[in-house]
Amino acid sequence: MRALWGLAGVVGALTCSMVAAAGIKDGEKRSGFDFMTRETQALQADDMANPGMLWVLQGEQLWHQAEGKAEIACAGCHGEASQTMRGVAARYPAYDEATGRPTDLVGRINSCRAARQEAEPLAPESDALLALTTYVAHQSRGMPIPPATDARLAPFRDNGRRLFQSRIGQLDLSCASCHHTNWGKRLGGSVIPQAHPNGYPLYRLEWQGVGSLQRRLRNCMVGVRAEPFAFGAPELVELELYLMEQAQGLPIETPAVRP
Amino acid sequence: MTARALVNVPKAVKQGEVVEIKAMIAHPMETGYRVGPNGTNIPRDIIRRFACSYGGEEVFWADLYPAVSANPFIAFTLVASTSGTIAFTWTDDAGETQTASAEITVS
Repeated sequence: MRALWGLAGVVGALTCSMVAAAGIKDGEKRSGFDFMTRETQALQADDMANPGMLWVLQGEQLWHQAEGKAEIACAGCHGEASQTMRGVAARYPAYDEATGRPTDLVGRINSCRAARQEAEPLAPESDALLALTTYVAHQSRGMPIPPATDARLAPFRDNGRRLFQSRIGQLDLSCASCHHTNWGKRLGGSVIPQAHPNGYPLYRLEWQGVGSLQRRLRNCMVGVRAEPFAFGAPELVELELYLMEQAQGLPIETPAVRP
Repeated sequence: MTARALVNVPKAVKQGEVVEIKAMIAHPMETGYRVGPNGTNIPRDIIRRFACSYGGEEVFWADLYPAVSANPFIAFTLVASTSGTIAFTWTDDAGETQTASAEITVS
């Protein structure tokens, strides 16, 4: 316990001296993939061994399955995902005209369910929702995250950046305290990555399953002993928006594998 | 939920060739030792037996135990003898048996 507080102190001191706002330099941008062991990298690289592909498989079935009062499948409007959904995950979260706010892929799938299929929204982190999201995001695998162009998203992204840099929780740490200032070093036995969202939804060995970016963000918040935002909270979407801007240029890896 | 499994069998091989067969099954492999959020035990739910038959004859089987992680990945090798169906079956704690299969062409 004392060691943990000591660590918090060291991290705190480092952030004070180095100014967290600096961020990650362009040449130093590295996907979480690069920080993993060779064995875990091999697991992600082989589609036959990557357990995330099980969710892609389920997502493909769900894509073609009619749902709700409208009795229509995703494929009924969008057709073949390999064509219509290519590149979509790379530019989400995107601006949603109806609510005037950014929405992520999960939010878009659920709002599409409500508006077009007239079906109940899928529960956060349910297998079906994760499978659909993974399937859609998988269509963009290998595509780099494009630069942000939608000006309407700027204020939300700024808020995401502010959240990323705000200290929270009993440990009084911000996201930036670890992922900007101390990436590449170790926290306990694990390497601190740069917090890039390019592999989500991903298979985490610790979870023994696929999880969303919001689950990961909530995990980190609990880790610094802060009250996490609820699934689908606007703050989480704003954080996602900022993370996507930060990861610009990195290829989508969905479904990634992480330790 | 329907069974989800990824099986990988080489499609066309030469007679006598040693081929690698891979199977990955979506399954929680719940150990029975964990406690849920309400304090009650989560009941055990694991795949007990996995078997593979080649042309109707059982050529490989495995017993699985609670220490096996979720979504088990099983790989083994076979000597390709005749063209036919490689069928996989697995049985879980509920006694439910699920199947998957792939065709192999031997020349």
